[in-house]
Amino acid sequence: MNNFEFSRASDVADAVRQMAADPGAKFVAGGTNLIDLIKEGVARPSRLIDITRLPLGRLDETGDGGLRIGALVPNSDLAYHPQIEKRYPLLHSAILAGASPQLRNMATTGGNLLQRTRCFYFYDTTTPCNKREPGSGCSAIDGLNRMHAILGTSEHCIATHPSDMCVALAALDARVLATGRDGERSIAFADFHRLPGDTPQFDTNLKKDEIITAIELPPKGFATNYSYLKIRDRLSYAFALVAVAAALEIENGAIKEARLALGGVAHKPWRDRQAESQLHGAPAIRESFVRAADNVLRDARSFGHNDFKIELARRAIVRTLTQAANGTPQSQGDKRIR
Amino acid sequence: MANMSTSYLGKPTSRVDGRAKVTGAAKYAAEHNVSGLAYGFVVTSAIAKGRILRIHTTDALSVPGMLDVFTHDHRPKLAASAEKYGDEVAPPGSPFRPLYDDRIRFSGQPVALVVAEELETARFAASLIRVDYEQQQHVTDFEAHHGRARVVSENGESQSHKRGNAAKAFSQAPVRIEVEYRIPVEHHNPMEMFGATAVWEDDDRITVYNKTQGPQNCRNYVANVFGMAQDAVRILSPYVGGGFGSGLRPQYELPLAVLAARALRRSVQVALTRQQMFTIGYRAANIQSLALAAERDGKLASFRHQWVGMTSQFENFQRNYVTWSSLLYKCDNVELVQKLVKLDQNTPCDMRAPGGAEGLFAIECATDELAYAAGLDPLTLRLSNYSDKDQIEDKPYSSKELRECYRQGAEKFGWSKRNPQPRSMKDGNELVGWGMATGIWEAMQMKASAKAVLTANGSVEISSATADIGPGTYTMMTQLAADMLGVPIEHVTAKLGDSALPDAPVEGGSFTTSSVGCAIQAACREVQKELLRLAQRIPRSPLAGAKLEDVTLAEDGIRHKSKNVEVSLADAMRAGNIDRIEKEASAEPNEKSKYSHYTHSAVFAEIKVDEQIGVVRVTRIVNAVAAGRILNPKLAASQILGAVVGGIGMALHEETLTDNRFGRFMTHNLADYHVPVNADVHAIDVIFVNEKDDEINPLGVKGVGEIGIVGTAAAIANAVYHATGKRVRDLPITIDKLLRP
Ligand SMILES: Cc1cc2nc3c(=O)[nH]c(=O)nc-3n(C[C@H](O)[C@H](O)[C@H](O)COP(=O)(O)OP(=O)(O)OC[C@H]3O[C@@H](n4cnc5c(N)ncnc54)[C@H](O)[C@@H]3O)c2cc1C
Ligand code: SF4
Repeated sequence: MNNFEFSRASDVADAVRQMAADPGAKFVAGGTNLIDLIKEGVARPSRLIDITRLPLGRLDETGDGGLRIGALVPNSDLAYHPQIEKRYPLLHSAILAGASPQLRNMATTGGNLLQRTRCFYFYDTTTPCNKREPGSGCSAIDGLNRMHAILGTSEHCIATHPSDMCVALAALDARVLATGRDGERSIAFADFHRLPGDTPQFDTNLKKDEIITAIELPPKGFATNYSYLKIRDRLSYAFALVAVAAALEIENGAIKEARLALGGVAHKPWRDRQAESQLHGAPAIRESFVRAADNVLRDARSFGHNDFKIELARRAIVRTLTQAANGTPQSQGDKRIR
Repeated sequence: MANMSTSYLGKPTSRVDGRAKVTGAAKYAAEHNVSGLAYGFVVTSAIAKGRILRIHTTDALSVPGMLDVFTHDHRPKLAASAEKYGDEVAPPGSPFRPLYDDRIRFSGQPVALVVAEELETARFAASLIRVDYEQQQHVTDFEAHHGRARVVSENGESQSHKRGNAAKAFSQAPVRIEVEYRIPVEHHNPMEMFGATAVWEDDDRITVYNKTQGPQNCRNYVANVFGMAQDAVRILSPYVGGGFGSGLRPQYELPLAVLAARALRRSVQVALTRQQMFTIGYRAANIQSLALAAERDGKLASFRHQWVGMTSQFENFQRNYVTWSSLLYKCDNVELVQKLVKLDQNTPCDMRAPGGAEGLFAIECATDELAYAAGLDPLTLRLSNYSDKDQIEDKPYSSKELRECYRQGAEKFGWSKRNPQPRSMKDGNELVGWGMATGIWEAMQMKASAKAVLTANGSVEISSATADIGPGTYTMMTQLAADMLGVPIEHVTAKLGDSALPDAPVEGGSFTTSSVGCAIQAACREVQKELLRLAQRIPRSPLAGAKLEDVTLAEDGIRHKSKNVEVSLADAMRAGNIDRIEKEASAEPNEKSKYSHYTHSAVFAEIKVDEQIGVVRVTRIVNAVAAGRILNPKLAASQILGAVVGGIGMALHEETLTDNRFGRFMTHNLADYHVPVNADVHAIDVIFVNEKDDEINPLGVKGVGEIGIVGTAAAIANAVYHATGKRVRDLPITIDKLLRP
């Protein structure tokens, strides 16, 4: 644990200003990820800028009928917000699949997007890790990689993004609102997180001086045919081996629109437009789902301990699409898989 | 007073320390604040084997508020001889000596203690320490090196055993199985991290609040390591946030806190982090090979069991892994072997039911496999080989109601409704599996002492230097004393967790109630005698001529059972011109017993599995236990419940992963090291079958701390087989293994 300054941001502009002034600074929101990383010596911020007093805790309707979720809305409040439960049950379900009630009470919307990988080596400063120390090597590729990615990996990093909430946000085509020195911008969810490539130290395309202010959800919530299925090593409170968010619009037995996002398999929530468009117009039956799963996993590659994940992902995709099509979404309370 | 009154014993009494625990009034080792307290933070090694060339401490020392950095070449004098670092439960070998020299023996070994005015300062300064190592090639890969294992017999502890001709009988029998089981490294992870608050008094005296299962074991250790008189060291551990065996031996935070306190001449607190909890002892990884053969009717013809485990380079840790089958099943041709391979790791240590939990997993899964091979119901096969004799010691059991465990457990579970065919039972899209296993654990007793004090106003204090790591020792002591001395439970104060109290062994091995309980009984008996003696000194005493058996103690005094007469406590004490009676007594096991002493259980498990995805849910467990007399069914059941949860973890979740390139455990936090959470735990029924044992000890108790985990993992694994037709022989049974073709 290092020594750091602690300051509080008075408003968003002040937060941006403080961040720009100190290249080693970090925002702290719920602290559920950052403080752990500091204690392990992985994050060594020169300054913590407390943003928890900023007015970013609201949830409002947008002009087009969507929702704007303030970056500081706690994960629990978001999950149980009546608008979310009713209109975006996929998001409700995905949030409840993550962490524990205590953590969700602390964790914020913005912080959830920026939580870092749970790769063992990233957390242990005695081992090489390109994400933690660029150029030091990736210990996971030839090491313990049971939890690691099967899609979009690079020879420099095979870590996964651990969030559940983000998988639903990706499926729902959310947008991320960020403010920096150059003003505010809106980032499509698919462009927010990035693949590791040869710079795995960067998880996202957010700029150093930018603060996330809100997430915007488009009006369409797929509240009828959806499901979030998370597969993990115990029945609750574990990171996903594979998670699938599926949302369908079905008309007369045919799929009008399909959204499919995967968690636990890549450096970012994984969306595959090609597989989705293949589902468009297809009958909402198992064969279509199998084809979609094969398509999503066409370039999947595993590293030994995680070989099983490819087949597991295939089955999970088919199962989740089936749940969505049948209108029997996975319950996060009852752990029996539907 | 021959018949103990039973107003509390056998009743479901709540924990007497429950309120203190839930309100936070109970303070744990690293929660004690004393004036002038300094804080130490441990720096651990990044390599598994080699030498420390240099420890750079300048940056750390320059941090304001820093006091000192202790290392092997900057520390006060410590005992040199490894012997001095031994303890009551140390395995044979040469114990690890923290900060003793420049040698690195395992990854995570403490190499420096950074001490500062504030914890934060110490922790920050610790991050500035740089260590230069000369690295040597380490060997930590158990799987790759288990072939090098050899039989180690020290202190007569080889545990190997042979009867008849197992190889020949095997080759001639019609039903045979040969199987191999694996259990990975597991870590205890009690809630409370190890901590020590060393309260400095002067150069010759020290008091330490320490998390330990044995305050006197730690006292002796500190005295030996620092060359102090035993009575100059006092260890206090009134509350312990779980142990599971990890706190049986002194852990390194204790000598480090004492070392710093003595060097700085002020009080020092050292607490481990959760990550550092993975640098102490653990359950050793092991590979168990079994070859079993039976006649067509299921009668065992041959039983061979080899256990290969890991230990450190400096100590040989092993327990009884293989002998259990000779206690449970009749068989004339037996070959049991234990072997160890030395690795560059810390020494393993006892973890709940050490030896039994591992051995019975393999034995009970193999027995299930044999039953299937013979086409018999697994319970039938067990009953037809039931042994009424300990075939290792050639002794009968003092009591063994295992048949009754099988019967009551099976009935409660509904075993007779089981379709034996694998994959035959379904519930919606899930396959249902029913499995069972036997549990057995030693019913031990150790020598222990206790003191009882009865005052004229009827209050009682009972004390012994044992610990209460969670089973309810305070409550057991209180119940016993209240019953023996006839006072309401609220009038009794129990004291433990203090090395200055009457001698007691570590709390472990499920032997606290039998050991300390019998000592309490003896001490209370002495109080009773003294009270009667005094009561009879009253002029024209109504109890004149009465014997101890004729009287009973009640709140208001000592009463004749058949005549309606009594003497009040106050009068009796006045007769002796005293206001309190104080008696210390000890109890020890009958070493000449002609019987073997064991606790037994039968575990039945129901699991449901979504085969496509490989997700297993343990939906029901019935655990029927025969553990002699149950003093407190509520706390005893809670021991079984907790241990069953441990068994679920062992079966499905727990595994510490090692990266052998670094020789290092990599899952060192509770997000990566999985234990069951609420969602993983469903109905658990605990049955205590009636078991009367007058031979075992005066209380007739056996102990319930460990039996609940023994057999549980096997019952679950057997249920997984019944559900899926797949034998997963390497724990934990995770999704990837169930998806294996
Ligand atoms: C044991 C454990 C288990 C968990 N299990 C799961 C799980 O199963 N599924 C899951 O999805 N999650 C899980 N989590 C992760 C949890 O969801 C995240 O830790 C949490 O969402 C992070 O939110 P926070 O507000 O606490 O972030 P913080 O820790 O405060 O911050 C995280 C990062 O985000 C940055 N940040 C925060 N807010 C902003 C902002 N508005 N703008 C710019 N930067 C910002 C911080 O600088 C920091 O780098 C688990 C966490 C733990 C500790
Ligand atoms: S997978 Fe990524 S995070 Fe893990 S060791 Fe490799 S580089 Fe580091």
